[in-house]
Amino acid sequence: MAMKTEPFVVNVGPQHPSTHGVFRMRLTLDGERITDVDMVVGYLHRSMEKLAEERTFTQNIPFTDRTDYVAAMTGNLAYVLAVEKLCGIEPPERAQWLRVIMSELQRFASHTIAVGIFANDCGAWHTPMMHMLREREKILDLFEMACGARLTTNYMRIGGVSRDIPPEFMPAAHALIAELPKRMGEYEGLLLENEIILTRSRGVGVLPADLAIASSVSGPILRGSGVAWDIRKADPYAAYDKVEFDICVGTNGDVYDRFLVRVAEMRQSIHILEQALDMIPAGPVAVQMPLAPRPPAGEAYSRIESPRGELGFYVVSDGGPAPYRFHIRSPSYINLTAFSDMVVGMTVADAVVILGSVDIVLGEVDR
Amino acid sequence: MPFDPSTGSGLRTGPFLAEWYDLRDLGNAVGAFLDWIRDQGAPDWVPYVVSGLIGVVAILLWVILSQLAFIWIERRVIGRMQARIGPNRVGPQGLLQPIADTIKLFLKEAITSRKADRALFWVGPVLIFLPALAVLAVIPFGRGMFLTDLNVGVLFVIAVASVNTVAVFVAGWASNNKFALLGAMRTVAMLISYELIQVLALLGVVVFAGSMRMGAVVDWQSDFNVWVLFLQPLAFISFIIASAVEIGRSPMDISEAESEIVAGYHTEYSGIKFGFFYAAEYIAAFAVCGIIVTLYLGGWTAWGLEQWVPGWLLFLGKLYLTFFLFIWTRGTLPRLRIDQLMAFAWKFLLPLALLNVVVTGAEVLIWREADLSAGVALPIFGVVNAGLAVALILGWATFMGHLRPERRAKRAVLTQELGAIYYTPPTGTDEAVRTGEA
Repeated sequence: MAMKTEPFVVNVGPQHPSTHGVFRMRLTLDGERITDVDMVVGYLHRSMEKLAEERTFTQNIPFTDRTDYVAAMTGNLAYVLAVEKLCGIEPPERAQWLRVIMSELQRFASHTIAVGIFANDCGAWHTPMMHMLREREKILDLFEMACGARLTTNYMRIGGVSRDIPPEFMPAAHALIAELPKRMGEYEGLLLENEIILTRSRGVGVLPADLAIASSVSGPILRGSGVAWDIRKADPYAAYDKVEFDICVGTNGDVYDRFLVRVAEMRQSIHILEQALDMIPAGPVAVQMPLAPRPPAGEAYSRIESPRGELGFYVVSDGGPAPYRFHIRSPSYINLTAFSDMVVGMTVADAVVILGSVDIVLGEVDR
Repeated sequence: MPFDPSTGSGLRTGPFLAEWYDLRDLGNAVGAFLDWIRDQGAPDWVPYVVSGLIGVVAILLWVILSQLAFIWIERRVIGRMQARIGPNRVGPQGLLQPIADTIKLFLKEAITSRKADRALFWVGPVLIFLPALAVLAVIPFGRGMFLTDLNVGVLFVIAVASVNTVAVFVAGWASNNKFALLGAMRTVAMLISYELIQVLALLGVVVFAGSMRMGAVVDWQSDFNVWVLFLQPLAFISFIIASAVEIGRSPMDISEAESEIVAGYHTEYSGIKFGFFYAAEYIAAFAVCGIIVTLYLGGWTAWGLEQWVPGWLLFLGKLYLTFFLFIWTRGTLPRLRIDQLMAFAWKFLLPLALLNVVVTGAEVLIWREADLSAGVALPIFGVVNAGLAVALILGWATFMGHLRPERRAKRAVLTQELGAIYYTPPTGTDEAVRTGEA
């Protein structure tokens, strides 16, 4: 006797413990297997791109804190790079190095969240997460020293950074960099070879390299699929061409590889920071710029390797004090488009882990 | 030498003297009280009923107090594991936090969603409470300290504990919530699989002890001076894992996996109805720990220590230590997926548990037929079974392919290992830049 069955649609989010914000997915289930996924975004839409057209180029910098609020420094950096390209100015050497230092600190801080959340989604009941947050706190303390804010840093300026780091920053940063490898060793020992994490993440959410490139994903997801693409190497900005570091790639493109890539990148961030803290020259940290610069008419696209992938800002100027068009190529949003390819055929429990491995920030997805 | 309360010295071998102030057995005081009632000329049923009432009240009091204590202890311990402090605001060191939580749960509105099945929605929390408490009735807390020593105690424990499944499914179904239904379905699937393993694990104990009476198993362990844990390591491990599944503790808290299906079968419950689920989870955990301690860890005996320390203190100490094990796993382990957990039950634990039953039966047969003395037989069995447990677990894992090198962890590949990476420069020139050589 054939049983009459009908698809079981589960609405996950926008209020759900594991959608990392207000993401919503409608999962069509066959038992525990996902047969279809329908992604709904836009619950955090704040119309930033339109708002930015009403504000001066400098006033738009705080917006970039609030797109990717887990990695504000890189958001700042990507935007000011675009405006600098429009204006045709080059920030001083010390500012370039400060940008590298802040970006890498931010990458480490952001990856602690990503790795912690991944363990959390695997059901580790917050323990790795809380340990990761402990390291992140110290980095946020450094940010507070440098710019007075912990999350919404608003540190980068068109033509440099807002102010020089205080004298106590360097000893604190050196102490932190000396401590982090030890902590990383602890976490790698606890998480990387955990049998349950291995069973939960191996072969889950596989994104083959060709599909990853076709979906235009970037960042740890692309590298997890085995494509060695890193804008810090491919299109160096700030002082990244002067530091030495490795691109970390996975082999299978599954959730575990993305996790591995993030952990390895945290190591590389420490490596870059070690060099940058030694190589940073003295000197001015910003070029003199008017409060409301009026870049010449034209357009510019800047891209950086944010912790989540290629973060691009497309800014068009009509010669006025405000951008004519302001567009954010947010890695979270574009990486999310590959989500349905990864999740169909997996189970509900996997969907959560895969979403965690994409490491979206809803502020950046919805803007 | 019989215990002589006038001198306070000497070991005794028989039951305690019924001096009511002998705190090593709280049953003495109860017995004295019942004798006093009989002396007053009350009919026979009065002491019978009174003893039952005392038992029920005592167990309920203990459960409530332990639970309040362990809500605090668990949160503090996990807090420590997570590099934070834990509750420390309400009362000294946050000790009143569980009481504050309870009051909050009592005062909160217990919402019943509009499309819920009202009767079943109400039955769920009640039904989940009962089996957990009923199991405690047959657990001997000390010499003579049990509500009833059923001669089929082990069978009773398994039978009553499985009512849990019904309660969970009732709650999940009545909520009319998809997460709750998913959680309930997962629970049913899990519990059915793991109850089988529980039964097989307990079978080894019963075969050795020759009795299903919980008290008799404790006496057996005391008589032969050996905990069943040492004779049945494989069964002990299987039982601990199956118990963790039954009480929904991590890494098997799949039925209420908060990162996947919000809160599983009790997603829709709020206020005191949720409180019931919360309390039942702890009571079931205590009951399961009580079973583990009674059947595997010598119950209220500890190699003669029970002559000096009250047996019920030993029992509670072991019970809390076992419970700590569950807190520990909760604080440290990630969660398995439901299909992996089921595969683990059917493909891994079930064959091993079955083998264990066969081996145990053979050992008891050899013991009896060859007329070995316990002093010779039990150490041999212990060593053989421990070796067998290690060999079986490793061997079966190898056979199932869990130890294959490609299943081991690896590290991310770095540019150093990849060699040079060529990027086309963004400036549009055809010349390739060479990067990534470290």
